[in-house]
Amino acid sequence: MLRSLAVISNTAFSWNIAQDLRSMWQYAFMQHAFEAGTIVAIVAGVVGYFVVIRRLSFAAHALSHVGFAGAAGAALIGVNPIYGLLAFTSGGGLAMAALGRKAASRDVQIGTVLAFMLGLGVLFISLYKGYATEAYSLLFGEILGISSTDVYITLIAGILILIATLLLYRRLLFTSLDEDVAEARGISILGMSICFMLLIAVATSIAIQVVGVLLIFALMVTPAAAAQRISGRPLQGITISVIISLVVSWIGLFVSYYVAYPVSFFIVSAAFAVYLATRLIPQRAARS
Amino acid sequence: MSELIRAENLSAGFKFKTIWHNANFVVEPGEFIGLLGANGAGKTTLFRLLLGIEQPFSGSLLVFSKPPERGNPRIGYVPQRRSIDSETKIQALEYVRLGTYGNNWGFSSPAKATRERHQALKSLEQVDALNLAYKPLNELSGGEQQRIFLAQALAGKPDLLLLDEPLANLDIRRESELIKLVQSVAKLHNMAVILIAHDINPLLPVVERIIYIANGKIASGKVDEVVTSSSLSALYDAPIEVLRDSRGRLAVLGVEEAMHHAS
Repeated sequence: MLRSLAVISNTAFSWNIAQDLRSMWQYAFMQHAFEAGTIVAIVAGVVGYFVVIRRLSFAAHALSHVGFAGAAGAALIGVNPIYGLLAFTSGGGLAMAALGRKAASRDVQIGTVLAFMLGLGVLFISLYKGYATEAYSLLFGEILGISSTDVYITLIAGILILIATLLLYRRLLFTSLDEDVAEARGISILGMSICFMLLIAVATSIAIQVVGVLLIFALMVTPAAAAQRISGRPLQGITISVIISLVVSWIGLFVSYYVAYPVSFFIVSAAFAVYLATRLIPQRAARS
Repeated sequence: MSELIRAENLSAGFKFKTIWHNANFVVEPGEFIGLLGANGAGKTTLFRLLLGIEQPFSGSLLVFSKPPERGNPRIGYVPQRRSIDSETKIQALEYVRLGTYGNNWGFSSPAKATRERHQALKSLEQVDALNLAYKPLNELSGGEQQRIFLAQALAGKPDLLLLDEPLANLDIRRESELIKLVQSVAKLHNMAVILIAHDINPLLPVVERIIYIANGKIASGKVDEVVTSSSLSALYDAPIEVLRDSRGRLAVLGVEEAMHHAS
């Protein structure tokens, strides 16, 4: 069951954006939503760029399904689902990295595990009393139900991801774009692969709170894919990717305050619109 | 300067299978060497030994008078590539820049980034590709991409250049352009080059020596010594015929049959 905000709020949209934001931030859940949404958007924009250039979008999608089983299992035993998410996605990420450099692109094997994990999640959820609500919010996101504890966990995870990305940046970029030469230049391909899968695991876990397991693509892949079409320079691409995911997340939250449809629907739609727009830019003209 | 590479009784392979054995050769500074052999003969394996990615099965191999170690900045490497993913958009300049900083941790400071870009532009100039600097790699032709790959390898200012099948997918004119480019850049910086190719003919005008791998054995020497009917027949253990046409081009006949026989 999704909270429909328009029912709670009795203020109408006024065209005075600052005034509108002030009125929606009177509600703690709306504040938390904006805080968590902003952190997740920045992290997803950065990590997503590498997901796209490493061609790992399906692996990232699969990891979120692995996370679903973990979150459902955690809910079942009465633990905060975020811990289940983190544990399962990290384990799944490590397994993918350990299976070798080509493992992450084996779509049939990944798809098989993905389906099994989703099934496992369904079992855990059905054993859990709060069946429908929990399943719904895990699958499609429930950013309006985020507690202040969740915001802190998200903030800490987000900062850790950004610091790790900063430290690894040049090596990560080199192995992403040119694995053979990077290997010859002395970079451990397995080591970078493990580090990056862990980054995806943590980023996916916190992003699931916002858009859910099934819509993870919208934040982890779509903004970065659009950014990649706009710029051929990595730092510029990452910046654009972050801006897109920030803007679509804010738009989603903002609109949902007035219109009684799920937040994740608006975020996904805004991201899709941006992606479509970049597809329309002729590639030759889009050179930077 | 002394020799760059010395291989003595060198064998490559895994636990129960040798790919080739008893290779003996020396590479001097500034030499241009063609590395030839059929598919799967173990040409790339020799590169991986030189780069320190794989270890020799037996025998000794010295690169710059030391056992090979991974990450040696004195070696520039262009691996064999199918083609750049058409969906991955990366500017040629940024790609070449990887060759100057890629194995560092962290970020480049703005000052360092400027130096790296400067160095990358110089490398692009050397391969006559300055006009391609700001274009995305996936929009370039095969020959243009090879020049960008070459520029990336040059950005590390190597003494030894290892090029794996740079001529694959190029037409005859582009083949000879690229070969001449490699030769002139190598001469200018006194770099030794080892270039893997299928076909000896595009290399004839430039190579001083060749290393030929066939049937698990390696021969090295001048083209006239190695690419002869008797030497190749010995290498393949089968009758091989080397013919020369009026323009000096070589044709090696009987390799297909010999390979068929061996397997």
